[in-house]
Amino acid sequence: MKIAVCAKYVPESTAARRIDPQTKRLDRSGEGALNPFDVNAVEEALRLKEGGDGEVVIVSLGPERALEAMRRALAMGADRIVLVADEVAAGSDLVATSRVLAAALERERPDLVLFGQQANDADGAVLWAAVAERLQRPLISQVAELSLEDGTVRGKRQTEYGYDVIDAPLPAVVAVSDAINEPRYPSLKGIMGAKKKPQEAVSLADLGVGAEEAGEAGSRTTVEALNDPPPRGDTEKIEDDGSAADRIVEFLLERKAI
Amino acid sequence: MRFLVFVEHHEGRLQKDSLGVLSKAASLGGEVEAVLLGSGVNELAAEAGKYGAQRVHVDDDVLLDKPLPQPRVDALETLLADQQFDAVLFAASVLSADVAAALAARLDAGLNYDLTDLAVEDGKLVGKRPALGDSIYVDVGWSSEPRLALIRSGTFEPEEAGGSADVAPFESRFQDFSLAATMVEQAHEESEGPSIEDADVIVAAGRGLGGPDNFGLVEELAKALGGAVAATRAVVDAGWYPYSTQVGQTGKTVSPKLYVAVGISGAIQHKVGMQSSGLIVAINKDPNAPIFEYADLGVVGDLHEIVPKLTELVRARKAA
Repeated sequence: MKIAVCAKYVPESTAARRIDPQTKRLDRSGEGALNPFDVNAVEEALRLKEGGDGEVVIVSLGPERALEAMRRALAMGADRIVLVADEVAAGSDLVATSRVLAAALERERPDLVLFGQQANDADGAVLWAAVAERLQRPLISQVAELSLEDGTVRGKRQTEYGYDVIDAPLPAVVAVSDAINEPRYPSLKGIMGAKKKPQEAVSLADLGVGAEEAGEAGSRTTVEALNDPPPRGDTEKIEDDGSAADRIVEFLLERKAI
Repeated sequence: MRFLVFVEHHEGRLQKDSLGVLSKAASLGGEVEAVLLGSGVNELAAEAGKYGAQRVHVDDDVLLDKPLPQPRVDALETLLADQQFDAVLFAASVLSADVAAALAARLDAGLNYDLTDLAVEDGKLVGKRPALGDSIYVDVGWSSEPRLALIRSGTFEPEEAGGSADVAPFESRFQDFSLAATMVEQAHEESEGPSIEDADVIVAAGRGLGGPDNFGLVEELAKALGGAVAATRAVVDAGWYPYSTQVGQTGKTVSPKLYVAVGISGAIQHKVGMQSSGLIVAINKDPNAPIFEYADLGVVGDLHEIVPKLTELVRARKAA
């Protein structure tokens, strides 16, 4: 059983975010980390592997320095990392990113591909479906419970209306919700051992992906302009001195809300 | 410009967000058509005409019965092979986000997502997307056709224009891998009282409430205000309140006239689900809670004291 977890290198959640006005891309020059939502996918992969033969491979697209952040997954127990590190791939949109990741996954031929719920530096939450499409594999997304039996993966999908239970034969692609588990913390032994595990950086050429198929050249969306948000009305903040409830009612009356 | 809107349905009704996108497309001018996929959905097709669709493409097929994304990608590919559209629009949902993204890969067509507005500027379609916690608004475009757009849920209100639509049946060609995933079971929760999507007033509770037993406090306030009760992700995950009341990312997007946030810190995942509310009142004991940055009125204090008092005052006011 081989499980690939697609993981993303994102800016540290505590870092101030800015968009570079020149490239109109997120400034990624600061400190980075393994996307916290992907940690749930790593945990689920390790859980599925437990008690059986298997391998958990982290597959990522990002700058070379992402390797260090990705090692957290190795410290948790994943077996190795394949990082597609190629400057040409920077600025890839959904169409281009899914193409590159699918090429890296084709090379690995995993039984199961796992994604986290979303990246914490973008509100897309759509990549897995594009990757499943390129790999021509069945897909289950928003999975809050996952089990594996006789070559079939069963996922409980959280939707706007409740839950759906969906079966998919392996090989399959599954995106897990962060409600699925509580990720383990890496042990000291795990952290010490992580550096020795295989960590491979590959280029687009290694994957047979042409330069025109990745990055901005391979993308099909554009950023036209950056604007200030629409102005927000005045906000008022008070401390409760025993009269806050009265102030709220007064405020609602002023605004004709009651 | 010729638009195709992917219209979702649930339990025999067209989904409100999809109709909102249909109305928005109609307001941009040009030809507006809809696509409706499912089993036993022929009856619903005409309904889309009232919201601005001039034609509704329908594939009524048992293979499209369950709300699974991949057969819908095949259906859209079949339709788009015959018909040229400038743009295909989706209202974001668990289902349609998967459909849109997979279609983008199938067609190598650009997808812009999380859009909160669409405009035609100098004859070009432009999408508007808030970024970095809504501190910046990005104008996005497409360099391929059809332009695929996923609109943030709750963005556009449906407007009944009273038109009628031609119904154009078509037959999808399916791929084997698209039919490999199967639905085993569907379990849908129903909540009591007004649904949070339709309510004018919402009282929402977060982890600051302290425990499931304290929901009585917010239920009483909601009743006094004539509103519905909603909950945050943390509260739903903890099993304090049903998922159908969850606001925010992976939950519902709501835009009531009044949103009262009780014990909610207001992280971005919550904010995206309620920021378009008319008035936002927040009660939280942490003066540094992010919700105070976007609440019209923020109250730093103990909700256990303030909420019951507020409920009494509102009741007294309404009785007067």
